[in-house]
Amino acid sequence: MAKKVAFLQGNEAAAHGALYAGCRFFAGYPITPSTEVAEVLSAELPKVGGKFIQMEDEIGAMAALIGASLTGSKVLTSTSGPGLSLKQENIGYACITEVPAVIVNVMRGGPSTGMPTGPSQSDVMCAKWGTHGDHPAICLVPASVQELFEETVRAFNLAEKYRTPVMIMPDEIVAHMRERIVFPEPGEIEVVDRKGPSVPPEQYKPYDTSFGDVPPLAAFGSGYKFHVTGLNKMQDGFPTTKAEIVQAEEERQVRKVEANKADIMKWEEYLCDDADVIVVAFGSTSRSARFAVNEARKNGIKAGLFRLITFWPFPEERLLELSKKVKGFITPEMNLGMCTGVVKGCIEGNAPVLGIFRVDGEPINPDQILDKMKEVK
Amino acid sequence: MAFDYDKYIRPGKLPHIWCPGCGHGIVMKGLIRAMDSLNLKKEDTCIVSGIGCASRLPGYIDCCTLHTAHGRAAAFATGVKMAKPEMNVILCGGDGDGTAIGGNHFIHACRRNINMTYIIMNNYIYGMTGGQFSPCTPTGAKASTTPYGNPDPGFDIAKLAIGAGATFVARGTAYHAAQIDKLIAEAIQHKGFSVVEILDDCPTTYGRRNKYRSVIDMMNRLKEVAVPVKAAEKMTAEQLEGKVLTGVLHKVEKPEYTEEYAKVIQRAQAAK
Amino acid sequence: MAGRYEIRFSGAGGQGLILAGVIMAEAASIYDGIQAVQSQSYGPEARGGASKSEVIISDETIDYPKVTQCDALLALTQEACDKYSHDLKEGGVLLIDSDLVLREPVGNFKVTKFNITNTAKNEIGREIVTNIVALGAMVALTGVVTKEAAEKAVLARVPEAFLELNKKAFHLGYDKAMAAKA
Repeated sequence: MAKKVAFLQGNEAAAHGALYAGCRFFAGYPITPSTEVAEVLSAELPKVGGKFIQMEDEIGAMAALIGASLTGSKVLTSTSGPGLSLKQENIGYACITEVPAVIVNVMRGGPSTGMPTGPSQSDVMCAKWGTHGDHPAICLVPASVQELFEETVRAFNLAEKYRTPVMIMPDEIVAHMRERIVFPEPGEIEVVDRKGPSVPPEQYKPYDTSFGDVPPLAAFGSGYKFHVTGLNKMQDGFPTTKAEIVQAEEERQVRKVEANKADIMKWEEYLCDDADVIVVAFGSTSRSARFAVNEARKNGIKAGLFRLITFWPFPEERLLELSKKVKGFITPEMNLGMCTGVVKGCIEGNAPVLGIFRVDGEPINPDQILDKMKEVK
Repeated sequence: MAFDYDKYIRPGKLPHIWCPGCGHGIVMKGLIRAMDSLNLKKEDTCIVSGIGCASRLPGYIDCCTLHTAHGRAAAFATGVKMAKPEMNVILCGGDGDGTAIGGNHFIHACRRNINMTYIIMNNYIYGMTGGQFSPCTPTGAKASTTPYGNPDPGFDIAKLAIGAGATFVARGTAYHAAQIDKLIAEAIQHKGFSVVEILDDCPTTYGRRNKYRSVIDMMNRLKEVAVPVKAAEKMTAEQLEGKVLTGVLHKVEKPEYTEEYAKVIQRAQAAK
Repeated sequence: MAGRYEIRFSGAGGQGLILAGVIMAEAASIYDGIQAVQSQSYGPEARGGASKSEVIISDETIDYPKVTQCDALLALTQEACDKYSHDLKEGGVLLIDSDLVLREPVGNFKVTKFNITNTAKNEIGREIVTNIVALGAMVALTGVVTKEAAEKAVLARVPEAFLELNKKAFHLGYDKAMAAKA
């Protein structure tokens, strides 16, 4: 049988990716340019017995999401910059309580209200440092409608596997453009479910590290009683201020992502093997970059593209390796140098990093990247 | 035979953090008696709170308990109840948590009429942070941030809840301990969003700044200001001056949110 | 076809230009089996203002999703024509509404004009199908998607009660453009 194909908008694909992954709960608040995710799920979730709720504000949406996740549901919210700022409070709560949740954040101009309908890539730092305190960060940055579908499935898998919130951040161009998408059959893409407890309720502890860095999470209402708090906690879930426990638990929370970077990180290398100049790009900007790389090759310039698919964790080690054999990196991005700074930070000064920054609501076009390549000597 | 509170208390979690003379413990005992009278199963009951002294209550009770962020109890609880409507969901917290930082979630939980019970312990002060004034602090009162007297007018939590659409609203006091479990039990049994405000006291951060010499003075005040709704019917406006009504203040039937959403699911599946 | 073909539909918000672009792209990618990407930019207003919908069609993978050098431009209003004709390539296709766009951009373009909006309003009887009349015309003038694919894509996107109306609008636009071009 031929596979189902459709011509879909990025945001619609994210919603369908969530359904494929088994999402059964959505809580959100209307915000441009992400509303199509909510609109699709308001129609589709009840059809499969799932729940959709439009909350009174962004903070409440993130809170409801965590409450629902604790009952065992796979959960999604969608938002954009100003909403992401508001959600940070409870994203931190999900980090410390280790509750799986997926957040689609469509990147528009900022700070504040900024440019609601203009594309941007300026929320990537907010994905890592937006909520206070040390915490793990996983952020995915897809570049096409098909990839937005598939990475949304992966976002759920990572959230469930590592018991942590995961952000998927298409820029406005990827979220609003339409492309042909081929729907995978059920089972074609791996779907990871949450690890539940293997011990009886009286022995259950929600942060029991004898099961490893990612302890099993029971569902409220399934016969297991336990306490969840945003305070630093012990393995049984109750608050503590004991120095050695707080230190160990904080380190474990970060380690469960850091130690599994190889499983989480994803990138694409295009013509990088013999490249003199490598463009490091993500989202819609990586599409301009690929166009530019192809043009450059026609003109005899050995250009390559390093396309980030996860922004966090960042593939520092691989870029360090590549930095030893290139003449320079070009980092086009719709912000004032967020990715550029990270690249500079991991290549130990081995090669120049030339940024192209745009925050005027217009995409970076291939000509800008081609021009910049001429500056790499 | 004396009531056995241990049945619902988590082993090893007492003593609680509350100061001597604080009424929160009285409210917790009332909640436990109410749960027992309704025979609520502990593993099917979720108690959700925000931040503050009163919000520490869930940690002591042997149920599914969720101690959330400041003001967010109603929003977290809404997620729990929506995802699993068969669970009993009870919220608790203080006046600052519920009506200031959590005011928006509070009024919208009222409006949706989602089947949960919210116990607000109103001691008209932020106790945990050292006694700053809250939206319920009486005008003119002293708090650590109103050294010259509080210029703010206060909220009437019950009126706020009724205005926002809650379908059951009751008020009790920490002094009238025997009434608390009955009000909470009736609230839990009510289908829809129910609010039980318990007038409480904070001798540590409010009493000492406002000329209450002892806990007994504060308790006596609660005793004196409270007037049961039935008794109030026979009193003149003059007699009611400075008094606070107690008992069930409001009870109506309206469509309940999770049941309405179940109909949404039916409509969506019929249209499929 | 060889390489990218870049089309821009422009006019005022509420004229259905985004849908016209979507249908053109669907004709290419779903019914003709080649590649297409549609994107748009829009202001805060739901109605009015200048609005554009861009479609890139190619027989190869499409990287950059926006117009680099426009091959074909539709302009239904003067404002849109002024704002979005700057990157129309030499020899490019320009379709304008002859009643509403009175100042043509300067350049060497293949200009076709007819009363698009009034055709929908007076000959079909519904102004709301202006976008479909324009789409039919753009299909005729660009030749990058087949007429059959475009018709299928139109019919797949409109409500059942309006199938005939839209079919008529599409064909009228197609025929008028062919006639005006000649």
